[in-house]
Amino acid sequence: MKKSFLLGLTLMTAVGTAAAQTNLTGAGASFPFPLYSKMFAEYKKATGVDVNYQAVGSGAGQKQITERTVDFAGSDNPMSDEALKAAPAKLLHLPTAIGAVVPAYNLPGVTVPLKFTGRVLADIYLGKITTWNDKALAALNPGVTLPPLPIMVARRSDGSGTTYVFSDYLSKVSSEWKSRVGVGNSLQWPTGTGAKGNDGVAGIVKSTPGALGYVELVYARQNRLPFGSVQNRAGKFVLADNGPASAAAQGVVIPADTRVSLTNSANADAYPITSFTYVIFYQDQKYGNRTEAQAKALKALLGWMTTTGQGYNEALDYARLPANVASKARGILNTMTYGGKKL
Amino acid sequence: MSEPAHRPTTRAALSSGSDRVFQVLILALASVIVLVFVLSVYQLGREAWPALHTFGWHFFTGRTWNPVEGKFGAASMIAGTLVTSLAALVISVPLAVASALFVAEYAPKWLANPVGYLIELLAAVPSVVYGLWALFVIAPVLGRWQTAYFLDPANVPTLTRCNQLWAEGQTSLQCFFVPSGAGGRGLALAVIILTVMILPYTASVARDVIRLVPADQREAMYALGATKWEVISRAILPYARAGILGGVILALGRALGETLAVAMVIGDSQEILKSLWGNASTVASVIANQFGDAQETLHRSSVVALGLSLFALSVIVNFAARLIIARLTPKGLQ
Amino acid sequence: MMRAAAVTSARPAARLSPVRRVKNLLMGALILLATLLVVAPLILIFVYLLREGLGALNLDFFTRTPAPEGEAGGGLLNAIAGSLEMLAMASVIGVLVGVAGGIFLAEYPRHPLMPTVRMLSDVLAGIPAIVMGLVAYSLIVLRFGFSGLAGALALGFLMIPIVVRTTEEVLKLVPLSVREAGLSLGLPQWVVILNIVLPAAAGGIVTGVMLALARVAGEAAPLLFTAFGNSSVNLDPTRPMSALPLEIYRGATSAYDENQRLAKAGALLLITLIFLTSLLARRASRVKR
Repeated sequence: MKKSFLLGLTLMTAVGTAAAQTNLTGAGASFPFPLYSKMFAEYKKATGVDVNYQAVGSGAGQKQITERTVDFAGSDNPMSDEALKAAPAKLLHLPTAIGAVVPAYNLPGVTVPLKFTGRVLADIYLGKITTWNDKALAALNPGVTLPPLPIMVARRSDGSGTTYVFSDYLSKVSSEWKSRVGVGNSLQWPTGTGAKGNDGVAGIVKSTPGALGYVELVYARQNRLPFGSVQNRAGKFVLADNGPASAAAQGVVIPADTRVSLTNSANADAYPITSFTYVIFYQDQKYGNRTEAQAKALKALLGWMTTTGQGYNEALDYARLPANVASKARGILNTMTYGGKKL
Repeated sequence: MSEPAHRPTTRAALSSGSDRVFQVLILALASVIVLVFVLSVYQLGREAWPALHTFGWHFFTGRTWNPVEGKFGAASMIAGTLVTSLAALVISVPLAVASALFVAEYAPKWLANPVGYLIELLAAVPSVVYGLWALFVIAPVLGRWQTAYFLDPANVPTLTRCNQLWAEGQTSLQCFFVPSGAGGRGLALAVIILTVMILPYTASVARDVIRLVPADQREAMYALGATKWEVISRAILPYARAGILGGVILALGRALGETLAVAMVIGDSQEILKSLWGNASTVASVIANQFGDAQETLHRSSVVALGLSLFALSVIVNFAARLIIARLTPKGLQ
Repeated sequence: MMRAAAVTSARPAARLSPVRRVKNLLMGALILLATLLVVAPLILIFVYLLREGLGALNLDFFTRTPAPEGEAGGGLLNAIAGSLEMLAMASVIGVLVGVAGGIFLAEYPRHPLMPTVRMLSDVLAGIPAIVMGLVAYSLIVLRFGFSGLAGALALGFLMIPIVVRTTEEVLKLVPLSVREAGLSLGLPQWVVILNIVLPAAAGGIVTGVMLALARVAGEAAPLLFTAFGNSSVNLDPTRPMSALPLEIYRGATSAYDENQRLAKAGALLLITLIFLTSLLARRASRVKR
């Protein structure tokens, strides 16, 4: 019995290695996962290249690319200067889409989208506003009967780019948030129930009356969760969508390495909790036991994601890359090398 | 009987040579066990060192777990681990012992075997399946009760008072039992699911020990006219007590290290516990949630230090359990 | 206990005071109730999974991989293949080291290393699975990346102590006379162990291996940081692999109905396989004794 077992094992191994020519492993942000899983499924159909992307959170993506256990990372927040310095070689950031983080909730009986301000969201996540019929929420939403339910605050338990974007926004609009909690992938949360991934937070909101959670727009749409509008810098209440998300990038100066925050945009039509989502990878692809073929496969994939692949963005509620960013992306890809040689 | 074959002195030199080869081979393979242990301690120790060195004992007593500021103290999750494990033990032990008594003393044989088997199968259910069941089946039930509590106007004064206390970071005996959220998730659900998960460990050890209680112990008391319960409470349980205790400690070891089922339901909060229904975290759940993404050296090292603590704790608990089972049970169980 | 019951009924009932009789009945009832409470979760879980998961255990479930997030359809072929392959690799480690360890403990009791190996094997048995995942991560993943092999190694480490313990126990059950008969024929000790003692204990060892497999087949915690997960079928052990417990974990915490559906079906499949394995293991051990 054991013999046939071992034989089978060897066979499987042989088959595995034969097919192991072109495949890539990525890990990170769950924010773009619905988009990436669609893109990679289509890419496999078109090219046969198998891309395995695990939505373990942006923090995990950044950690894993730093430790070189994956070919590329997904992250919604660019890596900090210190983190980049700590990496063993130069990392590049490539934006692939623009997404919006929405306050999604589960309030039976409330049918119109609620209005939120950044301050109110900060107070809810600071644990200062604890019930739905709180004065501050009632004042923002005249005419809506808010139930006396406690706000079941849902947030992330893993290191998350969505958390980074959300806390980045709250820090810009609430000084108390900035001093008490701050900005980061992982925070010391004053309150709330933690769940893994955008998917996990959406799961809590979906199953719990009274819950409020911050998730990427597509998670709210696909799971049919109601979400509120958020007041932007110009004072306008904006409901997240592709247009207002694109608007957040308009007028923002995009640096050469594309590492930039889009939250609380000055654009009057912008949705305030908006961000690029990035793919992060090494500029020089020759490390570990990577082959040139793998490096080329990665470059081809990233090129596809920022051109043809953009066609999948809007159907999944992500904004396309604006033309100026797309051209910057091409420039970044062209700097990729393998052992110093241009790819 | 455990004494193995004696080496006959008249063995040929040839066979002793091949014996030596075999012994070396067996020893080499068996040494993998030692190797795994040593490597584990070494790896965990090396990676945990920066955190333990930086924070010292404060790592275990500090209440702040703040990745933004790079301050790590594990008091809240150590407390979470101890509270969930001990609470689960307190609830599960009477149930487990009762079920062991049923299988060993009450049930006829045709029933005792299947029931005993079902209890053993409880131990075979994977952690993630318990977590799934807790999230999909128990959490909504608790959540409905919590929502009803909040919507009942009669509870408003209590809630207002407790909310104030909680906001100040305090709690009272009454407020500890007042629901603080409505999702069903939290410490209470973790205790419930842990209770179910550790039941079979105590139950099967208790059953084995109870079955080993000599028949004349029982018969002597029956002959004196004792009822079944009197026999159980005065002859069987005192006799089996030590063995059951061993099983309880084994179950404690399981509870301390239980990871995913707890991580899925406990709500992940590193705040000091204010309500039984509130969110909490355990050492193991924080490892599962944060190891994958802990980037900064200190954060990562702190998570590994949690792993090292868990490692040490489970070694101690297991030793205690084995010691008690070996020392205190009547001969025959080992 | 039949004997005890006979004694009870033979006893004159008139001598029992009502208080004692009521107490006896009450405690009996409580014990019955407690037993029902203990067994209930198992039955509830199984019935729940049958009701919710059976419908999703269709052909697609066994032949397809998960659909892109938010789309309907798809299956868990990636997880089934990954679980099977990792368990096969883990058994190689578990059986080799575990059986050797058991032989060492049972047949070489006077070896100076014996107490250490026995103690450490017991210690390993109590180590939380997630900690084993951390160890496998820093040992293998940091050097070679996420891989099915790393996951299998973590699972194999978890199997070792279980196999050691059962192997040692059944080897000790083989009568001394069997060994002596072999040795008196002039056979070297290793021939006696491999060709006489081990075959006699084979049933028990198989039981131990199956129990160990049943135990680790449901482990997701040590795979989180090692096998990592894979959305496609991958048989190459040097690359990330999926496993049923990993997919159940992902699906159970997901908002998507489709992921939840797959998780429930996966849980039903996993739990059924584990129950069958433990049932077979129990059968094997009963036949032997």
